[in-house]
Amino acid sequence: MNLATFIQNILNSLTLGSLYALVAIGYTMVYGILRLINFAHSEIFMLGAYFVFWGITLVHLPWPVAMVLAILVTASLGVLVDQVAYRPLRDAPRISALISSIGVSFFLQNVAIVFFQAIPREVYRPQWLEDPILFHGVRVLPLTLFVPLLSLVLMLLLIYIVYRTKTGLGMRAISKDIETSYLMGVPVNRVIAITFGIGSALAAASGIMWALRYPQLQPIMGTIPGFKAFIAAVFGGIGSIQGAVIGGLTLGFIEIMTVAFFPDLAGYRDAFAFVLLILVLMVKPTGLLGERPEDKV
Amino acid sequence: MLEIRDLHVAYGGIQAVKGISIDVPTGRIVTLIGANGAGKTSTLRAISGLCKNRKGSISWNGKDLTGSDPVAIVKAGIVMSPEGRRIFPHLTVLENLQLGAYSRSDKDGIASDMTWVFDLFPRLSERRAQKGGTLSGGEQQMLAVGRALMSKPALVMLDEPSLGLAPLLVREVFDIIREINDKGMTVLLVEQNAHAALKIAHKAYVLETGRVTLSGTGEELIADERVRAAYLGG
Ligand SMILES: Nc1ncnc2c1ncn2[C@@H]1O[C@H](COP(=O)(O)OP(=O)(O)O)[C@@H](O)[C@H]1O
Ligand SMILES: [Mg+2]
Repeated sequence: MNLATFIQNILNSLTLGSLYALVAIGYTMVYGILRLINFAHSEIFMLGAYFVFWGITLVHLPWPVAMVLAILVTASLGVLVDQVAYRPLRDAPRISALISSIGVSFFLQNVAIVFFQAIPREVYRPQWLEDPILFHGVRVLPLTLFVPLLSLVLMLLLIYIVYRTKTGLGMRAISKDIETSYLMGVPVNRVIAITFGIGSALAAASGIMWALRYPQLQPIMGTIPGFKAFIAAVFGGIGSIQGAVIGGLTLGFIEIMTVAFFPDLAGYRDAFAFVLLILVLMVKPTGLLGERPEDKV
Repeated sequence: MLEIRDLHVAYGGIQAVKGISIDVPTGRIVTLIGANGAGKTSTLRAISGLCKNRKGSISWNGKDLTGSDPVAIVKAGIVMSPEGRRIFPHLTVLENLQLGAYSRSDKDGIASDMTWVFDLFPRLSERRAQKGGTLSGGEQQMLAVGRALMSKPALVMLDEPSLGLAPLLVREVFDIIREINDKGMTVLLVEQNAHAALKIAHKAYVLETGRVTLSGTGEELIADERVRAAYLGG
């Protein structure tokens, strides 16, 4: 492998890895706060991509506007899912909300099949993301710079919200002790709604960028990336945002580099990710950065 | 003035509080004493809005709080420092205190109350950047009280603030309670340490299996034979 190909492979890994990471963050934040694995998250990812498609084809919005609007609409949808499907079950056993999330996942997927139809759709891609640019003699696909950079910006924004704002303080408090957060006057349901909004916005951003990389929309397109992102979140330590980012990037690198270095093993690339996951969980069941779950008294 | 009338609290089928009536006059220290399981914590949890399964009436300066949620109750000026401290171990001392001020938006007021809390608890000031979980038991109790004070409450409810503390620290906690009260805050204190609680209380209630069995001034109850026999070690 020459240097140019190697660099492009690094960028491909970062691209795929940040797409997983953005989705994994949503899983991990919701789990951190509600101890709920939100299976509907992969459908949120899919809907984000579709909303851009409809924004461009139906309403003829310019691409950047369609993207921003799609993220906002998807974020609101994430909040709605929480209000309708999870909030009424807040005091119920955890398994109830889990089952509800599986229901929402099927529901959204089928709604997408009915309204968007199951035929794959071609996605509009701005030309400037396609034309390779020459950088010190290395040809680079702009998309593989755009995706990691935009993801980085979104993650920095997230870190700012979680660690520097009052709402973020509320999130971190709720994730440890909901009842005491209530006692301190934290409007718990509102903070949870904001958490769903943020997680869904990141998943939408990921779905939209995923569609730039693999430009075909299908109602089931969220299933596999969603599943992998979930694995990334578990691998990094579910509940930890940093863990989700590390897990997502690790998975991205494994997938791309396996194919790059061992083209013969390309068919097994998913298996490598799962084997790694199993190994990590055997050594450290809480994932890389996960905390031991504490029993609440 | 907090007036509780005929309060009932149940967990599933278990009646923990069976119709108690309590008055907490403004500016006073009122204490609830009683054995483990008497219903003291349940009473405080009902007042703070955590127990949804409550009946009776809770009125606060003439306003009915019976159906209010915890956030509204904090905003109304009633805060509880829960049993077992329940500080946030993964947040810094400063963040724990900021969380106590979550319901407020008066930046200047928050800053001056922060200064006051740090004056009250100089050890917290030294450790402000440390994680709550790294503090000693006594410091965590100070943090729990300080955090409650950050909401600028008119009424502070303290659930067993001296539990598990060394005697010297117990005295410090009771001194602080007096100091808070001197500053004009009303205190509703739940204690196992009946003697110390009765000594600083203007008014006291004895709870037994969910009912008020005795009430009076702190002095009256300290002198009462039944209280001496049951709670003050003869
Ligand atoms: N979460 C709960 N679920 C069921 N029963 C409870 C719960 N909390 C308290 N109780 C019961 O209610 C009664 C009163 O408890 P509590 O209010 O904690 O008393 P105290 O604070 O005076 O020790 C006890 O019998 C206790 O077992
Ligand atoms: Mg108790």
